Parts: sequence; structure tokens; C-alpha cells
Amino acid sequence: MTATPQSPSPAPRAVDAYTAAQQAQDAAAGHGARTFRLWRGADGTGEFRDYTTEAIDGMVVLDAVQQIQAEQANDLAVRWNCKAGKCGSCSAEINGKPRLMCMTRLDELPADEPVSVEPMRAFPHVRDLVTDVSWNFRVKPTITRFTPRPPDAPDGTWRIDQEDVDRVQEFRKCIECFLCQDVCHVLRDHHKHDEFIGPRFLVYAAALEMHPLDTADRTAQLKEEHGIGYCNITKCCTKVCPEHITITDNAIIPLKERVVDEFFDPLKALVRLVRGKRRG
Amino acid sequence: MSEFQTVNHDVLVIGAGGAGLRAAIEAAARGVKVGVVCKSLLGKAHTVMAEGGMAAAMANVDDRDSWRVHFADTMRGGQYLNNWRMAELHAKEAPERVRELEKWGALFDRTKDGRILQRNFGGHRYPRLAHVGDRTGLEMIRTLQDHGIHQGIQVHMELTVVSLLKDGERVCGAFAYWPPSVRGILVTEGVRGEGGVLRNREGKRFMFDNIPDNYKSQTADNEEEGWRYTQGDKDARRPPELLTRDHVARMIVREVKEGRGSPHGGVYLDISWIKDRIPNAAEHIKKKLPSMYHQFKQLANIDITKEPMEIGPTTHYVMGGIRVDGDTQMSTVPGLFACGECAAGLHGANRLGGNSLSDLLVFGKRAGEFAAEFARTKGDVTLDDAEIDAGVKYALAPFERGAAAEGAYQVQDALQSTMQDLVGIVRAQHEMEQALVELEALKQRAEKVGVPGNREYNPGWHTALDLRNLMIVSEAVARSALARKESRGGHFRDDYPEKDPAFATFNHVVRRGAKDEMELARETIPPLPAELAAIIEEMK
Repeated sequence: MTATPQSPSPAPRAVDAYTAAQQAQDAAAGHGARTFRLWRGADGTGEFRDYTTEAIDGMVVLDAVQQIQAEQANDLAVRWNCKAGKCGSCSAEINGKPRLMCMTRLDELPADEPVSVEPMRAFPHVRDLVTDVSWNFRVKPTITRFTPRPPDAPDGTWRIDQEDVDRVQEFRKCIECFLCQDVCHVLRDHHKHDEFIGPRFLVYAAALEMHPLDTADRTAQLKEEHGIGYCNITKCCTKVCPEHITITDNAIIPLKERVVDEFFDPLKALVRLVRGKRRG
Repeated sequence: MSEFQTVNHDVLVIGAGGAGLRAAIEAAARGVKVGVVCKSLLGKAHTVMAEGGMAAAMANVDDRDSWRVHFADTMRGGQYLNNWRMAELHAKEAPERVRELEKWGALFDRTKDGRILQRNFGGHRYPRLAHVGDRTGLEMIRTLQDHGIHQGIQVHMELTVVSLLKDGERVCGAFAYWPPSVRGILVTEGVRGEGGVLRNREGKRFMFDNIPDNYKSQTADNEEEGWRYTQGDKDARRPPELLTRDHVARMIVREVKEGRGSPHGGVYLDISWIKDRIPNAAEHIKKKLPSMYHQFKQLANIDITKEPMEIGPTTHYVMGGIRVDGDTQMSTVPGLFACGECAAGLHGANRLGGNSLSDLLVFGKRAGEFAAEFARTKGDVTLDDAEIDAGVKYALAPFERGAAAEGAYQVQDALQSTMQDLVGIVRAQHEMEQALVELEALKQRAEKVGVPGNREYNPGWHTALDLRNLMIVSEAVARSALARKESRGGHFRDDYPEKDPAFATFNHVVRRGAKDEMELARETIPPLPAELAAIIEEMK
């Protein structure tokens, strides 16, 4: 890496008390060099490369990666946006665990070994830490869209109990980081992307199915096109969710129960046969 | 010269935040072919950071609210530098835009009778913010995204627009490249809306010390009355923690300067104290402010239900922007429309919290509507190949200079320091003059940056291409702030600490001059129509 030319040093400036206090805080914080083992390469090929950078107390992995990018590797590809755990862009595998770089503090990782950062494995590799997650954006429109019941009041509004809002809030917290997709065996190891929509979109389907105003029925779709049967409830997705959504227990299992009720209940199957409808 | 692909759209939306998505949805609904270009993945825009809610005078919680009160609040908060037509349209149309989101699947917190719940917020006279916990921005962006993907809109993700193309005077397209590209936690004002109080190192609620004259009649003068207000007592006045953000920021800076700040140069924001007032306070806080609870726990090891947060003010919004027509959102360049944070006008000198999300919806919809109409009625355009070639050449130049030249991050970092130190929250003439000198030098450096690697997902390259825009915006901010020799709203001058009525009648506008230099002009604010003037007078 070529050293960057020295920037002309700016004229000395008087700082106000507020800035001075903040600078004092930075100076007082603990410092220390740490090594980061970052995946470098394109289109599935590459290698780990080690970078050493100064870490300050309270830093998260994304801070360190950006510091390396600015100081040592300008072309290091990394996807990020909000740096606050809200946009779900900076998903990666840190020390082998799928996590958000912006929400992983350095002081919770072992200090005596390098921090390894590599791209998610369930999606095609683009470059360095970035993967092609466009499959997820193609899957979503295949799920029947929100279909509200007619408004409750003459002014075109609805009346909803807070309790019914609370029930689906958990699913609506999803930040679409796709870490659950990354860790799901069906996608990661068995590459069933064409037959299975993965935990993220089962959560999405659950949010729609349990939306207090929605009237559509996605059960047949979940069974046939979306492959809900592939999920064998190992709960890996739940473990990595940065929003702590209980994906398996609260979203997937209730949807599986709906599918069972609908398709494996002999009486309902008969009704369906006679009436040609999914829900009797 | 270089390969490129041309994609035809009637309306091209640049940016897929709340305003861009709402504009795209509206244009598509009006039957034109719509494309969206966004720098990040769909649904990742900064709109997700908005926590508190969207302001709309639906009067679900307090039936004294109306568009007229919302209009007066917005103008008072903006210190009357607002585009009053935008403030009027915003206050009138925000309720319908919120209800529309619900129709598309957004789920807001509810009142006891099942309607959309509204919360208190700084500068809003009545509880006005439709919200869902403290993640309203995410709910909004996801709702627009999930609705938008079924509208036949073509989305181009991770693409950076380098330049706009013109056909005569009219904008006819954009040139973009595949693929693109705070320390601290942003604390929502929602904490204050839910009863959070500000204390200095001595444990004193310093916001009671200095209540501005134009808010005195609406603001509680004791802690008891303030608490009653947060609990829905209609006879009580708002606690001073619910004053506008510009005032709160200045009060915090004052406490720190006078030696009453926290150890890290801030003050304390305490929501945990409500445990002395209500049962199950911890559960209540977690339910109302779940993201805040989660972020502080994870990033700072602080349990906000048990202890105060240490906070400081920061710059997080630009009130200025592209000058637009209040009704159509068209800029002074035909065919170029602007809405959301990139447009100027609605907020005047200081934005009220909660007026941002509603701004995105109200004016996103209007921009989409009028852009579609413009595209339908104005006929075809011709692309100029020479203009595209120039764009390609500009975009690839950093590779030719390569890794031996200075990197883009170094220049960006220097620019941030210059603006933070010299054109920050507290400003002074000599500092801003110094900033303009430094900006000139930085512009020279920006022209010479080089990048290593190739065009595939190269963040260094995208930073290099962003520099030109960052320089323009920085210079516009510095020049305008230098010319405004008074303190008003978010603009605070150490050398002119008072508001000056002489500056109340115009906005500063910058434009490109004859020799490509930045030209600064005063544009008089048109007088308020009698009807709106009467509202402001009545609500004083």
C-alpha cells in the first residue's frame, strides 16, 4: 500500500469548552493496537489479509474496518449505512459468527487474537466483505401483498386494539439484515434458494398473516411455492437475529400450524375439494 | 468512448428515502414509467433513523388540535423564515398522508378507542406525533418499500448519480455508475416526549432557567405542572424539555460552558426517574422506547430504565436545500423536482421534531404528482452524447491518478474537521472566513485525489466522486451562515447572539454565477396572506 502524501496541517484553532471536553474524553479513553483479519478478493476467490489499527474503547467492528479502509485500504469493499443497528446493511461473519459490524463491540471479542471479518456465505460473493443479496429483493414480491379489510369508520379509518398491534410488532422490527438467511442450513448448505424463501420472508409472511387488518390467505403459497416444509426448526435464525425476533417459535411454527390445519385436516381438505376454496 | 447503458423512464427518482419512495409511488399511480436510483440497498435509507414519529394534526388525542395550530407551531419553530405556503400545505395534508400509510399496512400505536395514538414532542402544542414505539422511520420506509414493489417501479440499487443531463434548460436525465458504493448513539427526542428530563451535573433541571419569550405562555414554570402535561392533563402547560431543539441544544452548550456539564462534556437525559411516578415504569419505557433501550444496553452498557443517559447536541439535519415552488416542488431548473431533506422551505430556521417524516410524505407525494404531469405534458427529450462522455471522463479520472495520489478519505476527513470546528453549532465571523479559505484549498485537493483498485464495488472511488458535492454544500452553508449576522433557530452566532428583525424578511439563496463562482443573494419572503397572518396572530 502506497503511503498517502502528508496533508497540509490546518491552522491552529481555538476550541470551545464543548469541543475541548470531547477531545479530553477521546484522549482519556483506552487505546491499543489490534489486528483484523479481513477477507479480500472478488467473485468467490480471495484470502484473509491482516491489518493492524489503533482501537479505542467503545469502538465497534465497523469503526475499525472503516479506519482500515481510510488509512490502509481505500478500495476495501464494505456495505454500511446507519451505524446504529437500524438499517441492516453491514452484515458479516465476525470471528465466524453472523453479526452486524456496527453493533459488535471490540471489547466483547477476545483481545489476544485477531478479529476475523468475512462476507456472508449464503449469497454470491461480490468483493471483499460485500455479497450480492438481490435474491432477497426478488423473493419479497412473490408473497401476496397486504390486503386490508374495508375501513371500519365512515371517514375511511380503522379501529385497532393496541394488543393486536403489539402481537405483530416483533415481526415488524425486522431490519432486513439477512443474517437469518445467511445462517439457515437450507440456504447456506443446501442452496434451496429456488424452493425456499428463508426465515426473513417467513417472518414477513407472518407479519402479514397476523396483521389485524389483512384478509389474504397465504397458506397454500407458503406450502407450495415458498417451501415452509424445508424448515426443520433448528432455530439457528433466532440465535443470530440482532433484533431478537423469536423467528422460529413465534413466526415459523404458527405458520407451519396453519399449513397443517389447512392441508392435513381431513375435514378441511374435503371442504376445499367441494368448495374449491382454501379456507372453509 | 466508454460503454454505457441507457434506461428510459418518464420520471426518474434519485434517492429511495421516504420522500423518494413516496414520490415514485405517486408518479407510478399517475400512469407514467418510473425508475428509482438509490445509493444503498432498497429500504436502508436514513429515514430508518427517525424515531419519534410523524407530526399530523389528526386531533386523536387532543381535539383542540387542527391544521391551523400545526401551521402556527411550524412557523413559530422556524422563526418565520419558512416558506409559508409549504407550512400551510404540510399542516393541511399530513393527516391524510398518515392515514394513507395505514391503508398500505403501517401499524401505529393506538389510543384506547383504537385510533392512531399521538405523542408529545418539542415545539408541538398538542400531542401530534403518530408513532410506533421509537422506530417510526423504519415502519414508514418498510411500508413504502413493500407497497412500492408492487407498483411497477424499476429500482436500480447501489448506483451513484454523478451528474444531471440537460436538454436545453430542461433536465432530461441523470448519469450514474454501477455499482456505488458518529460515533455515539442518536438519541430520540421521543425520550423527552415520554417524560424524560434534562439535568446538569448538579442534578438540576436547567431548562426551567431560560424559557424564550415567544414560548412563555405555553410552557410550565414548575416540575409538577410539566409532569401533569405529559400525563395528558389538558390544563397543564408543556415542560420546558419540550421546547424546540435549537433552544435545547443552546441550553446544553451553556451548561457545559459554564462548568455544569457531565464528565464527558454533555448533560444528563433521564427517563428512569418516572419510576417514582408510575408503576411498571421499566416495562413502560421498554415498550415506548425499545430501540433506545436496546442500543444503550448493547453499545454503552447502560440500562435507561435505571440510570440517566449522558448526551450532547449534534448536527443531524439540514434545514436549507434546493429552492422549490411550494405547490409543485419544482426547482428553478425545469424538470428537476426536489422533496424531503434535500429541499428547503418548510422548516425555516429550525425544524420541529416530527415534521420531517410528514414533510417526506406530503411533499414526496406532491413532487411525484407534478413530475408525472411535467413528463406527460412536456414531450420527449434528447440526450447529448458529449455530456455523457464528459461525465464518464470525470468519473474515471481518479483511477488515472491512482493510488499514488492523495486518497479521498483524507480529504473528506479534513473537510469534516473544517466544517465541524469552524461552521459548527456555535459560529463566528472569523472562523467562517477561515473555513472559506480552507475550503478553497480542499477543493484543489479534491480535484487531485486518486483511487486504487477497479470499478467493482469500490468505496474509495465513490467517496472521490462525492467530494465535489460535499464541497458545494459546505461552501453554501458557510457563505449563507457568514452573511446571516444574527442568531436565529439552529443558526447561532457567538458574535451576534441576538435575533435581529432586519434579518426576518429574507432567505439567503446561492446559485452559480457567470464565472462558475458561488453567488449569494437575498430573496425577500413574500408577505403572508391575511388568512395565515391571522392564524399566527391568534396563536401567539
